[in-house]
Amino acid sequence: MLEKALKGSPKYYLWIGFLLVVMAGASSAYLGQLMNGLTITGMSRDVSWGFYISQFTYLVGLAASGVMIVLPYYFHHYKQFKDLVIFGEFMAIAAIAMCLGFIVVDLGQPQRMLNVMLFPTPHSMLFWDMIVLCGYLALNILVGWTCLECDRQHLPHPKWTKVLAYISVIWAFSIHTVTAFLMQGLPSRHYWLTAILAGRFLASAFCSGPSILLLVILLTEKVTTFKANVDGVRTLAKIITYAMCVNVFFFLCEVFTSFYSSIPEHKNPLVYLFSGLDGHAELVPFMWVAAVFGLGCLALLIPPKLRDNRHLLPWSLAVLIIATWIDKGLALLIGGFNPTPFDTITPYWPTAKELTVALMIYSLGALVVTVLFKVATEVKHEVGASQKPDSDTAVPEA
Amino acid sequence: MNQTRRNFLKFLGLAAAGVCTATAGRALAVSVGAKAEPEAGPQALSAKRWGMVIDTKKVGTKEAIDVLAKACHSVHNVPDIPGNQNIKWIWAAGFEQAFDQPNDFLDEDVKKRQFPLLCNHCSNPPCVRACPTQATFKRPDGIVAMDYHRCIGCRFCMAACPFGARSFNFMDPRKHIDPAAVNKEFPTRMRGVVEKCTFCVERLAKGKQPACVEASNGAVAFGDLADANSEVRKLLREHYTIRRKPSLGTEPSVYYII
Repeated sequence: MLEKALKGSPKYYLWIGFLLVVMAGASSAYLGQLMNGLTITGMSRDVSWGFYISQFTYLVGLAASGVMIVLPYYFHHYKQFKDLVIFGEFMAIAAIAMCLGFIVVDLGQPQRMLNVMLFPTPHSMLFWDMIVLCGYLALNILVGWTCLECDRQHLPHPKWTKVLAYISVIWAFSIHTVTAFLMQGLPSRHYWLTAILAGRFLASAFCSGPSILLLVILLTEKVTTFKANVDGVRTLAKIITYAMCVNVFFFLCEVFTSFYSSIPEHKNPLVYLFSGLDGHAELVPFMWVAAVFGLGCLALLIPPKLRDNRHLLPWSLAVLIIATWIDKGLALLIGGFNPTPFDTITPYWPTAKELTVALMIYSLGALVVTVLFKVATEVKHEVGASQKPDSDTAVPEA
Repeated sequence: MNQTRRNFLKFLGLAAAGVCTATAGRALAVSVGAKAEPEAGPQALSAKRWGMVIDTKKVGTKEAIDVLAKACHSVHNVPDIPGNQNIKWIWAAGFEQAFDQPNDFLDEDVKKRQFPLLCNHCSNPPCVRACPTQATFKRPDGIVAMDYHRCIGCRFCMAACPFGARSFNFMDPRKHIDPAAVNKEFPTRMRGVVEKCTFCVERLAKGKQPACVEASNGAVAFGDLADANSEVRKLLREHYTIRRKPSLGTEPSVYYII
């Protein structure tokens, strides 16, 4: 089926070429990092993880998000998601590719990364993270590719894909839980040391992930003959709304516990993020944007009239993505390292080179998404599934 | 023809798999056989649980602690890097930074005093728990050691350490060491790995006390915490001591006489 990604319009080639050029250009920054070390980043002795690991954390959420389509389809037989499932699975593949990329660029000695497999260490959460990420990647490739191939040949899906799909639903929860466990089990990182972190990660993943997925699907509709099921899109928007409500609720639980108990260690990261501490207020404007956007997107998503408005929906989703990205893709890491173990503040901000390396990986993800979505939409076009009514080759579904 | 090609490919696949397994097996065998800790000589010092007692009344100024740091850093080829991507094994900090016991009305003496901070060689070390490759590990004598050749530089241990005792080589450290002053007895590190105080395992193996203890003029004592007759236990019996962040349950092996 991969050959379908090789034939496309000039615009398609232009986009692929653009991504390749960006990747090639940005990889020079990574080469610089390989030659000079992670000194090119804004990280320091006190803030020893930065933009790379926070992007990894955010994208694990994107990978887990496909389950919001897969679960209703397989567990509840919600047929409106039938033609959307494949996009959830393919998005997960691209997201995990980016996750692995961000982990590799974050390593000081990437050529030794297989040591994690050579010396399996079950008491390290990173070992488990490697297992769940690789497992989830394999599950999605296997299930997604096989089902799409069967659709193409008008064959029923083999039984084992259903079993694997069930496993992948539970697996999706595990990837984000284990990623939260990387952080929430560390003593003295008080912003992370909370039992609700895994819950927050999942809630945030299940609103931000499907939002990104839905935006890409809406974009796919613009550039292909594919037309997503209208009820399916509405249901997905509803799921996103519920998940965002839970996400905000969990965060407020965190705020209550920190401030009502008034224990300095619990309070200080939040104080630093939202109002500044010890004369450092680097993230304050971002946090308030996140707060306003977080509540703003709920105002745009909760009323059914606004949520079902197809012209407004992309904007509501974008607002939600910005709010959750600031919360999880930026502040979570910095708030975890500040205040430092010495009760001081060490500000962190990614350098231009660091952002360039991140751009390289984001373009890689975009490339994987483009190729996989191209294959999927071509197959849907070929079999006439979920096509626009004016689509020239649309044939009634068999 | 088809059949033979198929068989040939099968054979090729099996052979490739065999080569891979053999290589991986050899790599494993080498790594299992290799010893990360230095060979113990005939005069080697040994203990069930090494520990340190620091009399902060005797070594309580920045200048005095700098003497310890200089002794440690020169013998271990610790580079002198300006900025916050620096490396330090032992350094000085004030009471509020060192101990999580804020006190608005601290006595003048303790308020002004500086405290030497270093790896606590915890009995229950979170860094060892976090390390995905066992590059950092706890020895049977309680020392938390590092294998610089296995470390992948993921810095999980740095996030896990509640004492900020670990440093990462963000850049090539060798450019920041005076070539004339390199101690050839101890390895320099490469960029991209984590390092920290090792309680001078390499000196203990030769029957010597840790470098900072030797440079402290008796202000820092080192010995076996499991031996009731050791000097450290005697000091702990006679003085009121505190440890850093004991509530976290990591059980630090470094004690401070206040």
